[in-house]
Amino acid sequence: MRYIAIRLGLSVVLLIGVTIITFVLTNLVPASPVTAALGERAAGDPKIVAAYKAAQGLDKPLPVQYFVYLGHLLQGNLGTSIGTRNPVTQDLAYAFPATAELAIFAIVIAVVVGLVLALVAALRRNRLSDQLIRAVSVVGISVPTFWLAVAAYFLFFFVLHWVPGSGRLSAIYDAPPRVTGFFTIDALLAGEPDVFADAFAHLVLPGLVLAVYTLGLLVRFARSSILDVLNQDHVRAARAKGLPAHRVITAYLLRGALLPILTIVGLAFGSLLSGAVLTEQVFAWGGIGQYAYRASTSLDLPSIMGVGLIVGLVYITVNFVIDVIYGFVDPRVRVG
Amino acid sequence: MTAVQLPRRRALRVPVAWRRPAAIAGSVVLLAWVLVALLDPLLGLQDPLQQSVGDAFRAPSAAHPFGTDALGRDVLSRTLWGVRSSLPLAVALVAGSLVVGSVLGAVAGYLGGAVDEVIMRIADLVFAFPTIILAMVVAAALGPSLLNAVVALLVVSWPNYARVMRSLVLGARGQEYVVAGRLLGAGPFTSLRRDVLPNVSAPMLVLAMLDFGNQILLLAGLSFLGLGAVPPTPEWGSMVADGVTQFSSWWLATFPGLAIFSVVVAFNLIGDSLRDALDPRTAGAVQGSSI
Amino acid sequence: MSGLDIRGLTLELGGRRILDGVDVEVPAGQVTGLAGESGSGKTMTGLAVIGLAPAGAKVSGTVAYDDGEVRVPDLLALRPGAMNRLRGRRIAMVFQDPTASLQPMLSVGTQLTDHMRHHLHLSRSAARTRAAELLERVRVPSPEAALKRYPHQFSGGQLQRIAFAIAIACEPKVLIADEPTTALDVTVQAGVLRLLRELTDDLGLAVLLVTHDLGVMSAVADTVAVMRNGSVVEHGSRFQIITDPQTAYAKELVESLPHTPPPGTGEGEA
Repeated sequence: MRYIAIRLGLSVVLLIGVTIITFVLTNLVPASPVTAALGERAAGDPKIVAAYKAAQGLDKPLPVQYFVYLGHLLQGNLGTSIGTRNPVTQDLAYAFPATAELAIFAIVIAVVVGLVLALVAALRRNRLSDQLIRAVSVVGISVPTFWLAVAAYFLFFFVLHWVPGSGRLSAIYDAPPRVTGFFTIDALLAGEPDVFADAFAHLVLPGLVLAVYTLGLLVRFARSSILDVLNQDHVRAARAKGLPAHRVITAYLLRGALLPILTIVGLAFGSLLSGAVLTEQVFAWGGIGQYAYRASTSLDLPSIMGVGLIVGLVYITVNFVIDVIYGFVDPRVRVG
Repeated sequence: MTAVQLPRRRALRVPVAWRRPAAIAGSVVLLAWVLVALLDPLLGLQDPLQQSVGDAFRAPSAAHPFGTDALGRDVLSRTLWGVRSSLPLAVALVAGSLVVGSVLGAVAGYLGGAVDEVIMRIADLVFAFPTIILAMVVAAALGPSLLNAVVALLVVSWPNYARVMRSLVLGARGQEYVVAGRLLGAGPFTSLRRDVLPNVSAPMLVLAMLDFGNQILLLAGLSFLGLGAVPPTPEWGSMVADGVTQFSSWWLATFPGLAIFSVVVAFNLIGDSLRDALDPRTAGAVQGSSI
Repeated sequence: MSGLDIRGLTLELGGRRILDGVDVEVPAGQVTGLAGESGSGKTMTGLAVIGLAPAGAKVSGTVAYDDGEVRVPDLLALRPGAMNRLRGRRIAMVFQDPTASLQPMLSVGTQLTDHMRHHLHLSRSAARTRAAELLERVRVPSPEAALKRYPHQFSGGQLQRIAFAIAIACEPKVLIADEPTTALDVTVQAGVLRLLRELTDDLGLAVLLVTHDLGVMSAVADTVAVMRNGSVVEHGSRFQIITDPQTAYAKELVESLPHTPPPGTGEGEA
């Protein structure tokens, strides 16, 4: 419990750091956000600029501005997007589940397939299957995600017609009633199998494209973690006990490799979100990635800060959860 | 004052690494690209910038082996010229992150205390953002240009080096020969330079080799998003972007994409071999039991 | 003869001949020492016998096993599945470093019961009862509580006792002990050796004790086989090897011995 409290405290500190970073970053921007908000002509008029600054609190000293920002933040107010003219909170509420659906699909595929491949490669090391799996892994981390997205879209949609086009849903369907924001789950909850099938069909290709890099990364690291454990005495000792192979693998080998693998999954999550920006751009997915791209290219500061905050929050939460699992599986952390 | 020759450990076993087929294949590909970059003007290619509106969207043919783009420019020529922006910038980027990250990491690890805390907490914060989102914001703020993209990626990529460097320095600091050097009167920076750095340089270089591919991908990714190379510069990421909406002209995205892939694979193969040479466990050189 | 009979055991790994026709008998109720410097192949002999030679190793020769109930003319000829049924059940092994040979993330109870449940088909509670008895047997304090604890909460000596408990859990007839005291503090070595001797006598185990330490040998072994370069160069009673080694190599080994035997191991008291 004390361990969890410490981790939670660290996460909160990190989160406050994230708010400072997003705040400072947006204030370091040399291009004037005032121009971005008002347009060239209005920004030329000092009176309008002064009025705008006063209205936005931009005339106050930076630390004051930060605490005003923090105060709004705690009320769930992230300001209004200059690009969409919507409250940023509202925009994110729609964009976030889209990305989460895509990212969760991708990470589940990457982790399941990646661990199986890594295990096979480690157990049959230096044989043909190991060489092949390692080659797949190197290809996975070397293919540009955005190019793979374009190529996969071209092949499976344009040439083969196996998958529906871009977006999350075909035009003939309405989005299912919003519960979780995940179209697949909401469609099931609403009892609309057609919508589910369509949403799932839209999810598969971008999800797989996104999974490729993470998969390659996981195979590469998980293989070497498993090899490390494989050479430890306790695996040999477990075999000397005459336990069946599946028991040696799950209880002794994989448990030993679990901690480093968990750490990698946490780090991979970051790279997954990076990939999501590029994948969403190609598949017009309408998630956080696309929103971040629009916001940063148009210097839409409230939106950028909102994205930075939510993405930082996700990263911190994921790693907090991993830390907690860490403590849960490792008695040396748990029992002290 | 210390004339004692202290042992140097963990020398990079380069000869072993270069005997691996993967390393050879990677080096050949990389060398080929370096040659292309140097010899571009002599290859008798068309001018990569020369437009010819009448020849737009031509499929690959004898005259244009990789086809032409929306402005009738030769895709083969643009692909081969593209290496001139990707490779040098990637080298600059990795070298920059290596230097910045190593210095900060070494200082943090060697001095410890408050300096360590500040540097490593900043590194943690940078880690809390997905690379490309932070880089996107910085690149957008600085304005699109390849050089700004490099600066943006530098901002987000140094912490990785700093972390590894810090842990290496912490590990090396306790080694007896380093302690001996300090006892013989070496000051902190002399000690760092003479006894610690030579022993951490090999793993840092391997890290840099492994990072190359990733940085090339990110750089191309930023250009793909329109936050890097500015038209009409031939650059692979932005060339792939040109092909996104042109599905009937598949060659637009295919060839520059393959070019990125080949360079990144080459770096990853070399990096992997170097790492295996440094750490034989991952290469499977150890005889263990198999289940 | 009851026990193990190793004949012409040969092992090649990566083109190198590591064992070159090892002949040694390991009779029941006795500790048979296998001595030699590192690289002489003594550990590999133990691993080959229990069927855990490294991947890619080519093993030949015969290892006959007989405990009165079960007779196997050649363990090396068994299919992997059949060998796995004997491992832990009829032939057990204790490794050098107990902090490494126990899985750090599994409780002592789990590691002490999983093979009992597999081999002896015991229920969870029956296995736990037996596990507590076993810990009592090897003199680990408060056995019930110990079952719930994890390896990092024990000292090295206690961990090695637990490793012995795990090894004898399924009432094996042969025990291979690979340098069981080398990683331990000198102060606890004697206790572990005494435990080994006691288990040998009480359970009628045929023990193959692998060690480079002739001091350990002189404390517990009945007979000692001296290995060099993959084969046995001399095999005789402990007394004969220590006082009257026949080969030059055995002489060298004996002369490198410190002259005081480990304290309290029975040597000198007897």
